[in-house]
Amino acid sequence: MQLIINGAIRTVEDALTLKRLLEDHLGATRGSAAAVDGEVVPRGDWQAYVLSDGQHIELLTAVQGG
Amino acid sequence: MADDIFVIAGTEFASRLILGTGGAPSMQVVDEVVVASQTSMCTVAMRRADAGTRGSIIDVLDQRGVRILPNTAGCRTAHEAVLTAQLAREALETDWVKLEVVADERTLLPDPIELLDAAERLVAQGFTVLPYTNDDPVLARRLQQVGCVAVMPLGSPIGTGLGIHNPHNIELIVSEAQVPVILDAGIGTASDAALAMELGCDAVLLASAVTRAQQPAMMAAAMASAVQAGRLARRAGRIPRRHHAQASSPIEGMAVL
Repeated sequence: MQLIINGAIRTVEDALTLKRLLEDHLGATRGSAAAVDGEVVPRGDWQAYVLSDGQHIELLTAVQGG
Repeated sequence: MADDIFVIAGTEFASRLILGTGGAPSMQVVDEVVVASQTSMCTVAMRRADAGTRGSIIDVLDQRGVRILPNTAGCRTAHEAVLTAQLAREALETDWVKLEVVADERTLLPDPIELLDAAERLVAQGFTVLPYTNDDPVLARRLQQVGCVAVMPLGSPIGTGLGIHNPHNIELIVSEAQVPVILDAGIGTASDAALAMELGCDAVLLASAVTRAQQPAMMAAAMASAVQAGRLARRAGRIPRRHHAQASSPIEGMAVL
């Protein structure tokens, strides 16, 4: 299936969970978070959250700032 | 000092200097300034994660044991700021947020309407909100009324290093504040940080003044000293300003020559 991750179309395996996506994409989840179709998904729901084709994902991480 | 503990929302901090990590040329420099400043809390921003991002700012700050305060830098609307705070809460497992809602890129001045709206919504959602605000005593009062745990007025616009433009307003904010006042933005050098503390601020938040200094770690140490000196001077009580001289040596007993 395809997801739009941080504005770019990417092909990923079907039934991918949000937790797997974060781990695969970033290597770790400390400091990272995700919004799916404009809604922030609580950390506790990542494991059970199965992504669907066409969803818009924003993956964010903490960077130097402020 | 043991008899002068800095507390925000029930949490004690050993240092009254809060360090922004933006602008440092490398993680090595971040690490050096964190150590040299003796800070107990540092801010971070939330941005899109690129695949392969490794060795993060979080690792550096966790290793030094400082508290991490995520910000909502770059947000222009209450909606954006609330979503960014929610993301930061999940990312860093803290409900503390430095709330920034700026009006435009040129001034980076807070948009008071959006800021107050965002603050109210975040407090309602259980966030511990520390808003970056204008040096406006009325807005500072309103932010406290909606439940912010501190107010963080600017000295001058972010990154300008112009110091404290309106010391009178900062004093006014301090004089009626029921929560800690943290001077945030505009600090250029150590004397600016000392002045903030002398005016009665509870703490200083700065980034560029240290991270973009020619010798960041040295400036971090200077800021730590300035904040301590300013705080001591405030508590000690300065002498009043006088129009005319007042001799410190006794008048009586002068020799007749």
